Amino acid sequence: MVQRMISCEKAADICTKAQYNEATFVERLKLKFHLIYCKVCAAYAKQNTKLTSLCSKANLHSFSKMEKEKMKERIRRHA
Amino acid sequence: MAENQLHPNSWVDQYADYLFNYAIGKVSDVEIAKDLVSETFLAGLKSAKNYKGEAAERTWLIAILKRKVIDYYRKSNSKKGKAEVRMNFSYHDENEGDWLEEKVADPNGNLGSETIENEELGLALQLCIDRLPQKQSQVFTMKTIQGIPTEEICNELGINPSNLWVMIHRARTALMECLNQKWFNA
Repeated sequence: MVQRMISCEKAADICTKAQYNEATFVERLKLKFHLIYCKVCAAYAKQNTKLTSLCSKANLHSFSKMEKEKMKERIRRHA
Repeated sequence: MAENQLHPNSWVDQYADYLFNYAIGKVSDVEIAKDLVSETFLAGLKSAKNYKGEAAERTWLIAILKRKVIDYYRKSNSKKGKAEVRMNFSYHDENEGDWLEEKVADPNGNLGSETIENEELGLALQLCIDRLPQKQSQVFTMKTIQGIPTEEICNELGINPSNLWVMIHRARTALMECLNQKWFNA
């Protein structure tokens, strides 16, 4: 039983990984269990999940690292 | 009063993605948006001597980008000729006598307002990402926006996975605080 209890820190770690579907099944189970009795983490997890859906709704674009390097180079040449 | 100064060497890291997302909202074409951002930076360099430090760097660059967007539409309009508006004035007899405005009401009106809201959200989020420490914003962007696998990011940046997750965690916590509460209550 002791092994099944996780700290809040561990819970936050799993929660973050879960946002990217990179938490294992066992980890998710441990997190679920933790969230039942820890209201602070439950509130945090809810916000974290909301942030994930906001990120996908925002549909942001970004330059790749290479594109940025090219742009920097052009600026340097013109400066 | 603190005078603003231009730092062209940090423009790309600081503003490129914000300007990119702003531009996509206006021209809805990724490649054209990229070109406009790059042109904006070069135009900024050219007119750097006219910068009086009254506006923040970001605001000043956005003003340049806005002009680039207008120029783009002007050019594409002169190529294609005048925009053509077709309207069928009365195809439903029962509607005869209705105000013209009612007939041309945009059937996707609600869709439009959602797009605008998402655009607003996108820029708010991007502003928050830009405020993160550089390394955190880089890792967060690669992982969340570009969806690059953890292992690949670690290889590219020379960090280990637990470093990566610590940075992601800190970035997300900061973003939750930075993003206006209004987005979380919806």
